[in-house]
Amino acid sequence: MADRHEMWKSLGMNIEQHDVLCSVLPGAVGDVFMSQKNRPKGMDFWDMVVADVHGIRPAELIEEQKKGRKVFGTFCVYVPDEVIIACNGIVTGLCGGSQFWVPDGEAVLPKNTCPLIKASVGARLGKTCPFFRIADMYVGETTCDGKKKAYEILGEDVPMYVMDVPQMKRPEDIERWSHEIAMFAKKVEEFTGVKLTVENLKKSIHIVNEKRKALGRVYNARKNKTLPISGRDSLLMMQISFFDDPERCATMCNKLADELDQRVKDGVSVVDAGTKRILVTGTPLAIPNWKLHNIIETTGAAVVCEEMCTGTRYFENLVDENISSLEDGFKALANRYMKTNCACFTPNTGRIDDIKRMVKEYNVDGVIDCNLKFCCLYDTEKFSVGRALKEAGIPVLQIETDYTDTDAEQLRTRIGAFVEMLNK
Amino acid sequence: MNKYFIGIDIGSTSAKTVVLDENKNIIERILLPTGWSSKETSEIILRKLNDLNFNVGNSTIVATGYGRVSVFFANKAVTEITCHGKGADYLFGGEAADLLVIDIGGQDTKIIQIKDGNVVDFLMNDKCSAGTGRFLEVMSNALNLKMDELCDMAAKGSDTHISSLCTVFAESEVISLIGRGEKRENIAFAIVDSIIKKVCQQAQKLYRPGMKVCLTGGLSEFKYISDSLGKELKTNVEAKEDGRYAGAIGAALMAM
Repeated sequence: MADRHEMWKSLGMNIEQHDVLCSVLPGAVGDVFMSQKNRPKGMDFWDMVVADVHGIRPAELIEEQKKGRKVFGTFCVYVPDEVIIACNGIVTGLCGGSQFWVPDGEAVLPKNTCPLIKASVGARLGKTCPFFRIADMYVGETTCDGKKKAYEILGEDVPMYVMDVPQMKRPEDIERWSHEIAMFAKKVEEFTGVKLTVENLKKSIHIVNEKRKALGRVYNARKNKTLPISGRDSLLMMQISFFDDPERCATMCNKLADELDQRVKDGVSVVDAGTKRILVTGTPLAIPNWKLHNIIETTGAAVVCEEMCTGTRYFENLVDENISSLEDGFKALANRYMKTNCACFTPNTGRIDDIKRMVKEYNVDGVIDCNLKFCCLYDTEKFSVGRALKEAGIPVLQIETDYTDTDAEQLRTRIGAFVEMLNK
Repeated sequence: MNKYFIGIDIGSTSAKTVVLDENKNIIERILLPTGWSSKETSEIILRKLNDLNFNVGNSTIVATGYGRVSVFFANKAVTEITCHGKGADYLFGGEAADLLVIDIGGQDTKIIQIKDGNVVDFLMNDKCSAGTGRFLEVMSNALNLKMDELCDMAAKGSDTHISSLCTVFAESEVISLIGRGEKRENIAFAIVDSIIKKVCQQAQKLYRPGMKVCLTGGLSEFKYISDSLGKELKTNVEAKEDGRYAGAIGAALMAM
């Protein structure tokens, strides 16, 4: 693996602090991933990326910037990648999934802010995330109050553009979102110097749709009773897909899906027959947050689906590629993105329908509904989600956690008891 | 074929051991403080069992409780939710198809719903001592009372409330009440009332009329606690002498 210190230095990172992070990551990867048996060969790609997660992709991004391309850092699955890609921009995810970044975030944010927001802000202000140093522009969105206010603080340090996501999904809201996308497109055009055309938008819609289909194929393989891939491995693939080039991501996911399909045919499972199948729903699991999956899968169950932003919400529903004007394109994008069901909308009964549908599709035995501490939206929605699932006869365990390990044993007891209950 | 079935429940405050014979009769009970080392406690339990002629040769052993992983000689470990559920069903199940178990432990409170002998749903308080046995322990220390004295005194008090759920803040509230010269009976009442309300709030989430409700864990020895829970839930809350051993009994049943 190449030594990345020169690159990190040139990015103005806090090398000493960042080295601390780099020194703990290999151990975590070893414990969570390498300890698994019978992993698909296709995971080699993601193992390689995670081993050099702050080096391999950042180096590529810097090379592209030298050619004049602009990098856009995004925080949310409602931001339409297609517009950025059409204007020759690059989309990247940002750091925000480790306790490591939380104290730097708490320096400026209230303690009772969700750990994802605290870690993101901390990763930028503490200069310990290369993606947060590389991006030329940051695209936020008004999905929750914590983020809205955090973007104001981030905006003092970086160029920030915030999209106004509606809070309801009435026809006029979807119309407004289409208009919002058009305004965003103007900003992207200005920033990249590339004009958005029907042709380049059509092409980028196709690229992102192909990525969605490829991610969907891996998830499809997980629907089988013969489980060809662990939840941990699927999660890693999903988390890294937010950072990768979309076309390479599609190629690698398709390759993995081919292998998984073959495994299903050959009856190769990563778990013993009868292992209880868990669907995880709730707030996103940003890399390197593998805590929940790791506890579930070392407690005798398997995660077969994530109804999350780092999961089905990222790839379900395609954008209509059949557009004849930019106006058409914005509408097609608005229609697709407004099908994603997040607790920031009211009402959000679509999420309950999604969970119930996925329980059938993925042959799920039990649902674990988990939100990050201080996420008031998902925490409050637990009431209606829990009631609806119970009424449908679907066992559900509802928990709340953060990025620390202090509650690991309590979680292990609850999840262990839930699995014992399913196994009775 | 082993003749004895042993359940060991290492809780945060005390370690409970129960030996069942093939007919599910309780033939031995051992109660020890957990102390600072679950592993050392496990060793003491093993010695005591050996002295009583129960050993790994003639018994199957299941460990539970937060110290379950330290019981190195156990055949397997099962979570305390499952064990408390099974144990409560053994003690209280009988004719009742629907059982709601309230277990107030040292560091957590569990509400477990049992249907036909199996756990079908459960709730657990989060990592906070509000509504647990620890809360009562800290408060009775502040009043310089033993647990049974606290309950006796609470029964004679009334009309005083503490609003803090956090043990640390509640303790300062209790100290201000003492400072104001509030009657000790009333302060004791307020303390127990606070935990009862907190536990019932949790229990209400799973309680449905027609369920039989029972109290297990260390606090089940105090009639005032089960009576107060019953008053709050507007139903009878049953408690038994062996309630403290519910987890260990369940573990022993899991060994069968």
